[in-house]
Amino acid sequence: MSDAQTQIPVTVLTGYLGAGKTTLLNRILSENHGRRYAVIVNEFGEIGIDNDLIVESDEEIYEMNNGCVCCTVRGDLIRVVEGLMRRPGRFDAIVVETTGLADPVPVAQTFFMDDDVRSKTKLDAVVALVDAKHLPLRLKDSKEAEDQIAFADVVVLNKTDLVTPDELAKVEATIRAINPAARIHRTTRAGVALSEVLDRGAFDLSRALENDPHFLEAHDDHHDHDHDHHDHDGHHHHHDHDGHDHAHPSDIHDVTVQSVSLRGGEMDPKKFFPWIEKITQMEGPNILRLKGIIALKGDDERYVIQGVHMIIEGDHQRAWKDGEKHESRLVFIGRELDAERLKKSFEACQAA
Amino acid sequence: MPTVAPLDLEGHCVTAVFVGDVPHFALADGTVHRLDNGHKTVQANDGLLAAFHDAANDRLITGGEDGKVFAVKAGGEVTDLASAGKKWITSVAAGPQGAIAYATGKTAFVRFADGKTREFAHPRSVEGLAFSPKGMRFGVARYNGATLHFPAAEGKPVELEWAGAHTGITFSPDGAFLVTTMQENALHGWKLADGKHMRMTGYPGKVKSLSWSVKGKWLASSGAPAAIVWPFSGKDGPMGKAPLELGTRGNAMVTAVACHPSQDVVAVGYDDGMVMAVRFSDAKEVLLRRPGKGAITSMMWDKEERRIAFGSAAGDCGVIDITA
Repeated sequence: MSDAQTQIPVTVLTGYLGAGKTTLLNRILSENHGRRYAVIVNEFGEIGIDNDLIVESDEEIYEMNNGCVCCTVRGDLIRVVEGLMRRPGRFDAIVVETTGLADPVPVAQTFFMDDDVRSKTKLDAVVALVDAKHLPLRLKDSKEAEDQIAFADVVVLNKTDLVTPDELAKVEATIRAINPAARIHRTTRAGVALSEVLDRGAFDLSRALENDPHFLEAHDDHHDHDHDHHDHDGHHHHHDHDGHDHAHPSDIHDVTVQSVSLRGGEMDPKKFFPWIEKITQMEGPNILRLKGIIALKGDDERYVIQGVHMIIEGDHQRAWKDGEKHESRLVFIGRELDAERLKKSFEACQAA
Repeated sequence: MPTVAPLDLEGHCVTAVFVGDVPHFALADGTVHRLDNGHKTVQANDGLLAAFHDAANDRLITGGEDGKVFAVKAGGEVTDLASAGKKWITSVAAGPQGAIAYATGKTAFVRFADGKTREFAHPRSVEGLAFSPKGMRFGVARYNGATLHFPAAEGKPVELEWAGAHTGITFSPDGAFLVTTMQENALHGWKLADGKHMRMTGYPGKVKSLSWSVKGKWLASSGAPAAIVWPFSGKDGPMGKAPLELGTRGNAMVTAVACHPSQDVVAVGYDDGMVMAVRFSDAKEVLLRRPGKGAITSMMWDKEERRIAFGSAAGDCGVIDITA
C-alpha cells in the first residue's frame, strides 16, 4: 500500500531546553519557503505563530509486545499522524518537536514500525539542536543529550557566539566523537539555512549517504566536500578536523557513545546478509544507528543499508560509476560495541 | 440484486451511520453529509477525528481537532456539547442512558444526560472509550490494559492489565466480555466475571473495526484478508475455538465489518472499496458493491435491515439497498 509519491516527509527536531528548537521552529513556520508544515509539539509554549496545524501531543512511549526492549514507538505520534493524514491536502511536510529530555529512538522507530504511519509518511531526518555553551554540562548530567547527538543526521551547533573559538572547537570535536556521520552547522540564533534541515532524505535509501561527506570520506585525508554556503552568521562551518579512526570508544570525557567505522572490499552476499542480520539481532539494543554502502560481489549496483536498533533496511541505490572503487563501508554508532569483533567478522564476509 | 446509491464526497469518511432512517456521513474535514431528500451538509468540528452513533438519543456525537464535542441530530441540528481546550478530542462514545464520553490526552470525560460532566484522569493516554450495555460502567483502552469506571458512583475503578498498547474497546452486548484492539496485530479480551484473559492473535494487520453479531454470539473483526469472526456463545468466549474466516480474498484486506442486526450475516468492507455480505452458517457470499476509489472505513445497517450506509477513505460513500 505504500506509495512513495504521496508519502509526507517528517523532520524530527531534538535538543535540550534552550538549545534553540523554538527559534528554529518559528523560522520554519514563518519564512517564505512556499511549503506548509504541520508541527507536532509537546507544548504550545512559546511558538508565537498562530497556525491551525500546530498540534499539541503528550509524549507517550509504547513498548511493543514482542519481547524486544528496544522496540518502542510513540503512541501519540501514531494517533496524531493518522489524524493529520486523513486531510493530507493541508500541508506538505510534518515537523515533530520533541521535549528536551526525549529519547529520539521511539520517535524515529514509529516511522518504521507502524504500518499505517509508514505507508503515509517517511522519516526525512533527525535534527539535533545543541547549545555550544552548555553541551559539556549536559553531557555530564544526562544520557539523553548524548543520544540525541548520536542519533542525529544533522547537528545544529547553536549559540556559538557565547563561546571562545577554543571552546567551540572542543565542542565540535566532542560532537564528532559521538557521531562522525552527522553534518554539523555552526550557528547563532539557530540561523541555519532551512534547506540544511528540511527535505534532507537522510533515511531515503536512494539518497542516504550520497551527501554525507563525513561518512564517505571518514578515512581520507581531511576532505570536506560539504557544499554549504548558507552561512548567515559569518562563521565558516564544516572544518573537518576529523581524520581519525573512530574504531575505538572515544576518550573524550563524558562520552559513552562510540562509533565503529568499517571498511572492506567486495562482500559475499551469502555471508554479508546473514552477518548483518545476526549483528542487528544480537547487538540491536546497543546500536543507535548504522549506515553503510556495500559492494556486493558480482553486483553492478551499490547496495545501501541503514538501521535503527534492530530495524534494518537495505536496497540497491545506483550503478557503480566507471572507475569508482568497489568498496564497502559501514558505520555503527552505539554503546558497548566490540569494535575488534565487528571488524573481524565484517572482514570475514568479504568475497574470496 | 443489491443496488448502490453513491454519494461522492471530497475527503476521508470517518463514520457512516443512520440517524433516524437518514444516512449520515461524517468526514475528516468536519462536514456531516446526509441523504435526506437530496444531499444536505452541516458543519461540525473544524477537523473531525471521531464520531459515534448515540443510539439512546439517535444522534451522531463527534469530536475533533478543535477540542470540541458536537451532537448532530436528524434534520441537521448541530449542538456544541463540550469543549476541552486546544487539545484534540481523539475518541467519543455514547451510553444507553443518554450519557456520552470523550477523551483528550490522558483525561476521559463523561457527560451525563442532565449535562453534568465528570472527569477521569489516567496516568497514560486514553485511547479508546466504550460504555457497558446497561451504561453502568465505561471502559477506557490504555497502555498495558483497560480501566473500568463506574461513572455514576464513587469508588475505585477496576484495572485490567495486559502488556501492550490497547487502542480500541468494546463490551459484548450481554456485558460478560470486554475486548480491546491493540497496537500490535491482535485483540485482547477479558471475561469480566473472573478476569480470565482471551488472546486473539494471528492477524496480518492492525484490527480497526469490530462488530458484535445479534445477541453477541459472534465478534467480527477486520485486519486480515477475511473477516475474522470469533465465537462468543460459550461461557469462556472464543478460548480454544477457531474463528470463522468469511469473505476471504487473495488480494485485498478487510478494513470494516458490520454485523446484520438480526441474522448471522456480516457486511464486509475491503481496502479496495468492495463490500460483500457473508452468511456465517455456510460462508455464502453476496457482492454488494464493486471496488471503488478508497478503503471502506465505516458501515452501519438501518433498523429495517434493508440498507447499509458505507464510507470510504477516498470519499466515495453511499448506501447499499440489499432488497432492491
